[in-house]
Amino acid sequence: MNYNWNWHIFFEPNPTGAGTYLDMLMSGLLLTIKTALLAWVIALIFGTIVGILRSLPSKTASWIGFGYVEFFRNMPLLVQLFLWFFVLPELLPRSAGLWLKQLPNAPFWTAAIGVGLFMSARVAVQLAAGIASLPRGQKNAATALGLTTAQGYRYILLPMAFRIIMPPLTSEFLNTVKNTSVAITIGLIELTGQARAMQEFSFQVFEAFTAATAMYLAINIVVVTGMRFLERSLAIPGYITGK
Amino acid sequence: MIDISHVNKWYGPTFQVLKDCTTNVAKGEVVVVCGPSGSGKSTLIKCVNALEPFQEGQIILDGIKVNDPKTDLPKLRARVGMVFQHFELFPHLRIIENLCLAQEKVLGRSHDEAMAKGDKLLDRVGLKAHATKYPAELSGGQQQRVAIARALAMDPIAMLFDEPTSALDPEMISEVLDVMVDLAHEGMTMMVVTHEMGFASKVANRVIFMDKGEIVEDALKTDFFGSPRSERAQKFLSKILSH
Repeated sequence: MNYNWNWHIFFEPNPTGAGTYLDMLMSGLLLTIKTALLAWVIALIFGTIVGILRSLPSKTASWIGFGYVEFFRNMPLLVQLFLWFFVLPELLPRSAGLWLKQLPNAPFWTAAIGVGLFMSARVAVQLAAGIASLPRGQKNAATALGLTTAQGYRYILLPMAFRIIMPPLTSEFLNTVKNTSVAITIGLIELTGQARAMQEFSFQVFEAFTAATAMYLAINIVVVTGMRFLERSLAIPGYITGK
Repeated sequence: MIDISHVNKWYGPTFQVLKDCTTNVAKGEVVVVCGPSGSGKSTLIKCVNALEPFQEGQIILDGIKVNDPKTDLPKLRARVGMVFQHFELFPHLRIIENLCLAQEKVLGRSHDEAMAKGDKLLDRVGLKAHATKYPAELSGGQQQRVAIARALAMDPIAMLFDEPTSALDPEMISEVLDVMVDLAHEGMTMMVVTHEMGFASKVANRVIFMDKGEIVEDALKTDFFGSPRSERAQKFLSKILSH
């Protein structure tokens, strides 16, 4: 293979005229982080709501939860992003569709919301499982004390369920970060997008993607460390793992 | 205080767990409910504060109909204390927080007021030193005493006990029964599902014997232990008293 390694490429000016190739990658990294964080917030909010719906005794509520989860988890993420980005504006009334298409940063919002909703189905399933794993008596005890259903969830069931599902939730957070790379297909120039641009301009494909890989790794190390720290600080003395 | 009349309850279309149950608990009275497992005694006591719904009959609690759709159940439940077989303390809350939560969220007491009440009750059950511990750091007997204190913190007009000592090691049973005996002597209205016949003979006014969802015997304590009318109760008594 005739390949010219050049690790100095990162410090050479990029063709956009604004800084080096490293700056290009860093701006991609920043956008990846922003997209992932917003997507994760959306995933947590919607996942919590739907997870609660799935755990309620009401048949209607669990059917809504069921429908939501199956809709978002049975379609490939790529298809979902295309749906939100290309199909939705065409389905809406003309003016609304036009407004949507002309939104500034449309790829960013679509990616964050699209990935967020996709991941929320997974958060919902895990939260419902976490709630189901609590002893039935916990809900009874909360109810018997006069707490309303909402208060029971807020003060008793959710704090315990989230503690229990913390390890799988960490994996979902990592998946959220990685899934944002799919947004390259709707024109979001995040980390993967910038790495590809760098490769196209400089022909240093290995350097570009090595750097991108290292950056994804770095984000995820931060996520894992952060979540482990959170897990430890929320551990309950004497209970399960907290000794 | 508690009026149960002609209560019928089915699980599913055919399995009847409660058959025409009628009894009452007067103010200041201690009524012990006993019977073989599966006889419906826990179900009956859970119907009193509507933790379990029932299809026919009615229960009136301090003048309020429990199975009336218009009844504000959380408010009604807050006025009746309930103690469970498996304690059901909230594991993520400290002991004192377990006692304060419902006082603040349901009764709207200030934090200081709730803390003062909680402290007093912990002192009463001899666990003041454990106020800042978590439930998993306490023994079963201690946890159950906390659970009683948690119920008392709501200033209940009556207390329901659902097999409060069945999950305890033998050596811890007496510390819980002692608290209950004290309560009875203070004039608390109590309905107690238990197999502790020693407790029944010491403080109960009446004993209810249930079998297969029916109230087979509802008698004054002396009559029940002296000469139970039904053959089924005689057999039950001879078995549990023979050791």
